[in-house]
Amino acid sequence: MIFTKSTYNLILASFFALLLSACATQQKAAKIDSQIQGDVYTGTDTVEYLAAGVPDRVFFATNESVLTTASRDTLRKQAAWLRKNSDINVVLEGHADERGTREYNLALGERRANAAKDYLMTYGISENRISVISYGKERPVDSGSNPLAWSKNRRSVTVKAN
Amino acid sequence: MYKIKLISFLIVIFLSSSVHALIEVDITRGNLNPLPIAVSPLNSDKETNDKFKKEIKIDNIGDEISLVIENNLKATGLFNPLEKEAFLQKPDVAHLKPRFEDWSLIKAQALITGRVEFKDDKVRVEFRLWDVLAAREMLALAFTTVPNNWRRIGHIISDKIYERLTGEKGYFDTRIIYVSEKGPKTKRIKKLAIMDQDGFNTKYLTLGNELVLTPRFNPTNQMVTYLSYFKNLPRVYLLDIETGIQEVVGDFPGMTFAPRFSPDGKKIIMSFAKDGNSDIYTMDLENRIVERISNHPSIDTSPSYSPDGKYITFNSDRSGYQQIYVMKSDGSNVKRISFGNGLYGTPVWSPRGDLIAFTKLHKGKFYIGVMRTDGKGERLLTENYYQEAPSWSPNGRVLIFYRETKSNSEGEGFSATLWSIDLTGYNERQVITETDASDPSWSSLLSN
Repeated sequence: MIFTKSTYNLILASFFALLLSACATQQKAAKIDSQIQGDVYTGTDTVEYLAAGVPDRVFFATNESVLTTASRDTLRKQAAWLRKNSDINVVLEGHADERGTREYNLALGERRANAAKDYLMTYGISENRISVISYGKERPVDSGSNPLAWSKNRRSVTVKAN
Repeated sequence: MYKIKLISFLIVIFLSSSVHALIEVDITRGNLNPLPIAVSPLNSDKETNDKFKKEIKIDNIGDEISLVIENNLKATGLFNPLEKEAFLQKPDVAHLKPRFEDWSLIKAQALITGRVEFKDDKVRVEFRLWDVLAAREMLALAFTTVPNNWRRIGHIISDKIYERLTGEKGYFDTRIIYVSEKGPKTKRIKKLAIMDQDGFNTKYLTLGNELVLTPRFNPTNQMVTYLSYFKNLPRVYLLDIETGIQEVVGDFPGMTFAPRFSPDGKKIIMSFAKDGNSDIYTMDLENRIVERISNHPSIDTSPSYSPDGKYITFNSDRSGYQQIYVMKSDGSNVKRISFGNGLYGTPVWSPRGDLIAFTKLHKGKFYIGVMRTDGKGERLLTENYYQEAPSWSPNGRVLIFYRETKSNSEGEGFSATLWSIDLTGYNERQVITETDASDPSWSSLLSN
């Protein structure tokens, strides 16, 4: 069988294309891994800021309401910001991912928002300035059905109330 | 707001049927051998047809009512309605005196015949159920009602036939309340909707301005309890679907959710969440007295009464994970009953009292199952990517629940649909709705 030069080039080109796409897939997998640690989202894709350097949300592991080290760091920044801006009140919106029963998720969202509230209160924010609402699994921020999307959705978001 | 017309049915037994039936349908085995049944179109004369055509735009009322009956019977999986093309005898003659040889020739074991008449602005329907092999009449009834109720007549006839052939009450003259869903997952619009059990007569009860979840029927009347995010305060509401009047249940300083009625319809049982802890409460609808039933620093939710009102089943994560518990209705004697692998939620007590239906989550799959009230005899009926929230048919033979499909990273491919399955695990089928749907609740029988 005789290959013309152009056929040879084509085969070579498609081989490299394959190699490249394999790399891309690996990179994507690595990127996802680096965004979830121990089932908790650590990325910044969905994070908004209440003020410069003050992230608005914290993330949770599946079925959990325990605050991670990173979450406590975020909440301390929020507490500092709230102390400086004493006229601002906040609503803590608790959320769950879609892999649970609706009613349990409502309770879980409430528990997560309260975990954040308790932490803000230990850093001197008055209970009167914080209200809590749970949306359970009703308001995902990422509509995908995959572990990364679910990790972004397991969250408590601090929202300005006034 | 949807208003239901007060409906009065006149039911007359015009022929007694004391003869013993030879045919019997065993509903405990599933649909391995559905009973061949011939549903002869109900006979309606030209005058009746013309009046119906004028009043409610239906060409042949007799055909339409028999179609309702046929579809109901077929959907049970217990009956096999035969093709009408094969029928040899005309409907009017068959109703007077069936030629049983003709019907047994096409392998029918039971035959339904009937007649529709339009009289003084009312519609009168009579029907007979015949045992073809024994060549005997088994049942004969007549109904009179307003023309707009014609589908309900089909449902009531279906219930009578089901009851006569299975020995158990039917579930056709019933409705389903559910949540109609539209829009992207991140901004889903949800409305309360109600429809007949067979998917007809859909009405929307809310406009979709606020999030609504988990509607449930009062087993004794046409009241509904549900969760609404009205003014962004998630609270349990009570809705009278006849008048459209709604009110918030109790005065709780936080989220109330997961409501259900007590079997006598006089109380609402629900969860109240405060400071990260959800416990179970009841409110008496007459004297408005609120009682705390469970008191534990874990999530206690999805409560459901036993039909005698003496016990409550609920799910709690007090063991570390979501599991099913049973307690006395005063909150004492709490016992965990689910011990299988995985998480268990949404327990709901069968109206027959002997079983608890539930949702189970195990290794990334969701199951609908049933177990005895002591937790023994767990039986999983169906496995899927996501499904939950079973609700019992009033006779305790069928469960309705909802399913969601997986979506890709753009959120495409997502759907929410209603499904029903027999207690036997057979006869799984989609319940067709106009929009995406979730959180179904089955009413009790509207008549009798």
